[in-house]
Amino acid sequence: MLKDITLGQFFPGNTVIHRLDPRTKLLAVVFYIAALFTAKWFVSYGLVLAFLLLCIHLSQVPFKSLVKGLRPVLFILAFTAILNLFYTPGRTLWHWWIFTVTIEGIFTAFFMLLRITMLIMGTFLLTYTTSPIALTDGLESLLGPLKKLHAPVHELSMMMSIALRFIPTLIEETDKIMSAQKARGADFESGSLIQKAKALIPILVPLFISAFRRADELATAMECRCYHGGDGRTKLHVLRYQGRDYGASAALAALLAAVIVLRQFGL
Amino acid sequence: MSNIIETKGLTFSYPQEEGEAVTLALNGVELSIERGSFVVILGHNGSGKSTLAKHFNAVLLPTGGQVLVEGLDTADEALLLEIRRRVGMVFQNPDNQIVANVVEEDVAFGPENLGVPTEEIRARVDAALRSVGMEPFTLHAPHMLSGGQKQRIAIAGVLAMEPGCIVLDEATAMLDPSGRREVLEAVERMNREKGITILLITHHMDEAVNASRVIVMDHGQVALDGPPKAVLPQVDRLRELGLTAPATVELLSRLRRDGWQVPLDALSVEDCAAAILAGLAK
Repeated sequence: MLKDITLGQFFPGNTVIHRLDPRTKLLAVVFYIAALFTAKWFVSYGLVLAFLLLCIHLSQVPFKSLVKGLRPVLFILAFTAILNLFYTPGRTLWHWWIFTVTIEGIFTAFFMLLRITMLIMGTFLLTYTTSPIALTDGLESLLGPLKKLHAPVHELSMMMSIALRFIPTLIEETDKIMSAQKARGADFESGSLIQKAKALIPILVPLFISAFRRADELATAMECRCYHGGDGRTKLHVLRYQGRDYGASAALAALLAAVIVLRQFGL
Repeated sequence: MSNIIETKGLTFSYPQEEGEAVTLALNGVELSIERGSFVVILGHNGSGKSTLAKHFNAVLLPTGGQVLVEGLDTADEALLLEIRRRVGMVFQNPDNQIVANVVEEDVAFGPENLGVPTEEIRARVDAALRSVGMEPFTLHAPHMLSGGQKQRIAIAGVLAMEPGCIVLDEATAMLDPSGRREVLEAVERMNREKGITILLITHHMDEAVNASRVIVMDHGQVALDGPPKAVLPQVDRLRELGLTAPATVELLSRLRRDGWQVPLDALSVEDCAAAILAGLAK
């Protein structure tokens, strides 16, 4: 069950998408989300979807693992779809008790479903194809101007990259603790919701203790490797915009522009 | 200057609760570590060996006495980076010292902190990974590697800072036998080929066999100090200090007790076998 959490995973590779500058990719995701929320009808959704599928194809990320990433939000997906399906005013198709299905409702529910799915897949594609360090480097660089206002940009990006680095380690550890507690007769599956929540305490307490110990050791190890904050730090990978970054930015801008124009025509 | 690290009357006590008696974790340690040597520091749990190791690059600062790294006093905060650049440290748990999600970026962490120019970082990372034999894993995710491989990445990370000395603080304790061998081979090669001083803290006696010097710690003091052939055959003294002699020495000492004429200082398995053969021929 814990293996299903895919957030923050990275599929190393050497495709065009992988090689794009993380700043380009971050901005691209912003543009992509903007386009997604501007899209109104089949044509514009189709355009954005085609773009997403093209990116997935180029990135060589297995489609299956992107679909797997949707599993944790299945409930939200179903919830939004049902709400939209039954509670959108419009031409009634079918009515029973407090449930009314309208033509508009069907469309809205469908588009909502599509929108959330594509939103998650798009953002996952970013984390799947960008190493967390590149991602935080990108964020640090994009937020760089805030340093002038004494915002702790470097510290934040360092915290983020360490958090991402430790997700798989802590997941593994949680699995181990769960097995250990099960071996001592702990029961995580049966009982009411409250009992289930209570059963989590013997997992969370050791997990937290070990996380603090890890943090302490990591801090010492970082200091031993001369870490002293962001001042005077150089980089193995210096971010430089390449031709492909301008190409990708142009493609994204074109996508957004096309969707905005299509919206004007109600498509 | 032939000594890379010197301690002078080093004492240290961990901070204690009020009213508790002061226990010295280190009590007057006088050591000179020669440049290019391979020193193994042994001792049972709580003997002060790890505490001593943490003084070599100013993770801990002495409560009394001095630690000098290439003549630099570790108590001087202005010299902190210089000292840590010269003495690298590898810790016990491989998971808790890897900072980055990609092997090469983790190895680059040290030089990045030191402000090394980008092209040189690249060269250093490649060289460091090559010398620990982890080149094929340059772009791998560290959490997918085995314990021995992770430790070699950690060593490469230290190596990329181009230190004169590497301290391994029980770096082999959590590894399986093959992982331990991988790490030891990498460390021995660095000592041999690059002349990097190695300080190996361990409680595995057999790791001391190939060292150039063995130091045994007990109650915060140096109990035994000398070449392995002088220290390891002292079976009874080692037992008093909470250690067991290597299996080879143990075997030879039992044979001697049974009246065999064998030397005690045949430490490696091959030497031991040869010694027993010679004993049989008599």
